[in-house]
Amino acid sequence: MVHVTTLARRLAAATLVLASSAAHAQQLEDKLTIVTSFSKDLTAPFAAAFEKKHPGTKVEVQNRNTAAAVAFIRETRSSPPDVFWASAPDAFEVLKKNSLLQKYSPKAQGVAAKVGAYPVNDPEGFYVGFAASGYGIMYNTRYMRANSLPVPKEWDDLKKPVYFGHVGISAPSRSGTTHLTVETLLQGEGWDRGWASLLEIGGNLVQVSDRSFGVPDAVNSGQYGVGIVIDFFGLSAKASGFPVEFVYPRLTTIVPANVGIIANARNQKAAEAFVEFLLSDEGQQILLDPKIQRLPVRIATYDKAPAGYPNPFKDTSLGSAVNFNVDVSETRYELLNALYDRLITFRLKELNAAWKAIQEAEKKLGPGAGAEAKRLLAEARKLASAVPITETEAADKAIAGSFQEVKKGQKVAGRQAEFEEKWDSFALKNYAEAKLLAEKALTAK
Amino acid sequence: MAAISRAVARVPLLVGYNASPAQVAALGFIALFLVAFLIVPILRVILVAFTDPDGTFTLVHFGDFLRTALLREAFWNSIYVGVMTVALASLIAVPLAAILARYRFRGAALIHTLGVIPLVMPPFVGAVAMQLVWGRNGSVNLLLLDGLGIRIPFMEGLNGVIFVEALHYFPFILLNLSASLASIDSAMEESAQNLGAHGFGLFSRIVFPLALPGYVAGAALVFVKVFDDLATPLLLNVTNMLAPQAYLKITSVGITDRMGYVISVIMVCCSLGAMALAALVLKGRDFATQQRGGGGLARRRLSRTGTIVAAVFVVLTLAVVLSPHIGILLLSFATVWSFAVLPDGFTLAHYATVLREAGPLIANTVLYCGLAGLIDVVLGAILAYIVLRTRLPGRRLVEHVAMSAVAIPGLVLGLGLLRTYYDVPLPNGEPLATFWLMLVIAYAVRRLPYALSAAGAALQQLHVSLEEAAENLGAGKFRVLARIVVPLMTGGLAAGFVTSFATAAVELSATLVLVARNADAPLSYGIYVYMQSAAGRGPGAALGVIAVVVVAIATFIAYRFTERGRGRAAREAF
Repeated sequence: MVHVTTLARRLAAATLVLASSAAHAQQLEDKLTIVTSFSKDLTAPFAAAFEKKHPGTKVEVQNRNTAAAVAFIRETRSSPPDVFWASAPDAFEVLKKNSLLQKYSPKAQGVAAKVGAYPVNDPEGFYVGFAASGYGIMYNTRYMRANSLPVPKEWDDLKKPVYFGHVGISAPSRSGTTHLTVETLLQGEGWDRGWASLLEIGGNLVQVSDRSFGVPDAVNSGQYGVGIVIDFFGLSAKASGFPVEFVYPRLTTIVPANVGIIANARNQKAAEAFVEFLLSDEGQQILLDPKIQRLPVRIATYDKAPAGYPNPFKDTSLGSAVNFNVDVSETRYELLNALYDRLITFRLKELNAAWKAIQEAEKKLGPGAGAEAKRLLAEARKLASAVPITETEAADKAIAGSFQEVKKGQKVAGRQAEFEEKWDSFALKNYAEAKLLAEKALTAK
Repeated sequence: MAAISRAVARVPLLVGYNASPAQVAALGFIALFLVAFLIVPILRVILVAFTDPDGTFTLVHFGDFLRTALLREAFWNSIYVGVMTVALASLIAVPLAAILARYRFRGAALIHTLGVIPLVMPPFVGAVAMQLVWGRNGSVNLLLLDGLGIRIPFMEGLNGVIFVEALHYFPFILLNLSASLASIDSAMEESAQNLGAHGFGLFSRIVFPLALPGYVAGAALVFVKVFDDLATPLLLNVTNMLAPQAYLKITSVGITDRMGYVISVIMVCCSLGAMALAALVLKGRDFATQQRGGGGLARRRLSRTGTIVAAVFVVLTLAVVLSPHIGILLLSFATVWSFAVLPDGFTLAHYATVLREAGPLIANTVLYCGLAGLIDVVLGAILAYIVLRTRLPGRRLVEHVAMSAVAIPGLVLGLGLLRTYYDVPLPNGEPLATFWLMLVIAYAVRRLPYALSAAGAALQQLHVSLEEAAENLGAGKFRVLARIVVPLMTGGLAAGFVTSFATAAVELSATLVLVARNADAPLSYGIYVYMQSAAGRGPGAALGVIAVVVVAIATFIAYRFTERGRGRAAREAF
């Protein structure tokens, strides 16, 4: 029943559309707004390459730190930006829980399902991994020489007394990637042994930074010598000329970097095209840029990588030692952050003092220490590496719920502040006692 | 009194309040401004501090604050650091202000300008430079280690925080005290001299007490600012203070703990308490002198030894307080600077990198911060006038609300503005919250306290009889303001403008939330973007240097402007 002229007009319009889509691969919106926490070194090449591939679409990159980015997306839900592009999986989880992301299944082929032990994509499809990064140890060569420090190779090396006051890390509560590393360590070694390791390394820490980049920044300046960082921080600093080196420990953890389309994005097609571009061979190759240095998730791209480029799909020691359990991680996510802060970040001085006393006593007494001294030292070590709650308690929904946004009617075991105060006094008491015992061991037989 | 009653004769109700209808309207406008851009946005964010998960009112979180050992410790640490910083900052600022006000000095304008620079600590760049100069392995310690085999922990623990904060915030005292000293009636000093006072006795018994409003205003600002500052504790990795505790809670992704907002509320209360205490110190004393336009203290020439001593003091002080900025300058020219006294080599490449984008960033910074400074000076002066010269009900409340902004974390205000105004569209459909003017308002609101205290201090030294005399001579209220009050307050207003402008130029926390388009971004945002990667350190520092230069130019102009006003009537004594 369509009028002939209307039909003709429609046909003409259709031809026009066909013609123009032949000219451009896809007809996208003229704008794409991306909120990101990535540095300009990473965002600029991608934005430029994308604009080149899709002329007519202007990419507006808004650099914000993760907290400000999440807050911005949350507050602007009536008319949001299009894409959220960041490392921290926790930020994506928060957005997902608040229904601020939309599902999107990429059409790109050849992308791995898992990198290391960690699934590349959100199982529910709200965000996808486009790159991976391994955690490792970065050190300042001038600093190491000046302080005659040996080069650390494994996580366990960082427990050695020689590194006392030379190591820095960012707090898991402030850095989603550090969080994943801590979580992987706990899953790999088990709750109690894992915490013992964290606390012993904690004894050597000189700083628990409030932002991820604070650690490489300090190592670059030579403020301290050794940093526990994500690989590209170390590799790109070296590429920029700083006297630093980076090593992967034998058992490293691999963490993804993600991208997600924001719910009700205004430029839907452009947003989808951007995600596809990140996963395309073209996009993945940009990751190999020495200023970026992230690990592609597309296996074939490694063929184009320079020699010696880390490849988690070939080198099985890269992050595959632990079978990462996402559910366990998710339940205790916030609790773990608060626990680490209470035991280590906020009581670093006391923890340092306890381990300093233990290290000094062990050094002075040597292997020939008396039985009583040995007992006292063992007791001191136990106190300085104890954790106030068990793995079962940490997995308890009611306890973990005390640290989360509570829905109405949800049962929780208490308020966050109550738990934190208990943990804080536990830590203070233990560290003080451990220090006393270690000092007592010196005079014991 | 005839003039006053004539002015308000038409509104008999206002006679008792000693206010004109225009003043009532002005107070109402300021109150409205604060409600719209401070109270409502803030409440929308921090109300959670008073609610439990079900949304009902509760004070249990404040109980938790008191029950938490870490936070009690943080509270006392913050107080300690605030008080000690005021002491240390006074040691730097008072002699500097005295020398500048008292003696004829070549390059006084330059010294005044340099004295403001420490307020401009570009985000991240300042921290990196500070560590490279004063840190564990900074230039100073590497030199000490080489020469003497010792290392001084300048940047460690609470004492490190005090050291860095004093270097950073002493200009608050310098600016306000200088403005006050410039307004002292030289006749007072001459009388004292005729009665036999001289030297230190003259300064401590006569001059300093007369300049007390400026000193107290500056000292109170230093305390409050230090109490609420989080950049320095974070830089030094000191977390057991209130501001970093609040910040870490509020800005951690996915953490919904209310304690961060509880701490914010407590910080606001403490800051107001400190301001009230400062007002109490000045209460019941009269600082006003009737003779004006004398050009402040008589300036003299220094003897040769005096000149040398003063010059050495000034140069040494400036070298220390400007050390972070010297560090930033070096960093901006450095190829690589790592674990060394000086950079490995120098290059101009970083400036070339930022050249193209620097223009719009500078233009935006000057526009936003200039407007914010103007808003602050106008609102601050009007409010100070109403508070001190009228008895309008509610004027103190408005003043307290305005002052409380000093303790509001930038992120909280930014978030509140975004929440309140994102759904309010502009005529072109863009949201009001991400319009650049909102950034100006955010800057202005948070810095209104600086201009307000500066204006208050200036007005306290101005005797009301001058205004009455003018009114008796037939001048209307407006004419009195324009011809008598404002000109005589110029020094204080300039101090307020400079502090607002300088600190806004490097503000980042609200900026990061509110900037929605790169074209709208100011310098602080540009610095932030660079300072997230190793390769960006040099370009970030170059932008930091540019920010400092912009502020220096603005300060220099403001100083010249006030000096010209003073110079017209200045007398000189020998």
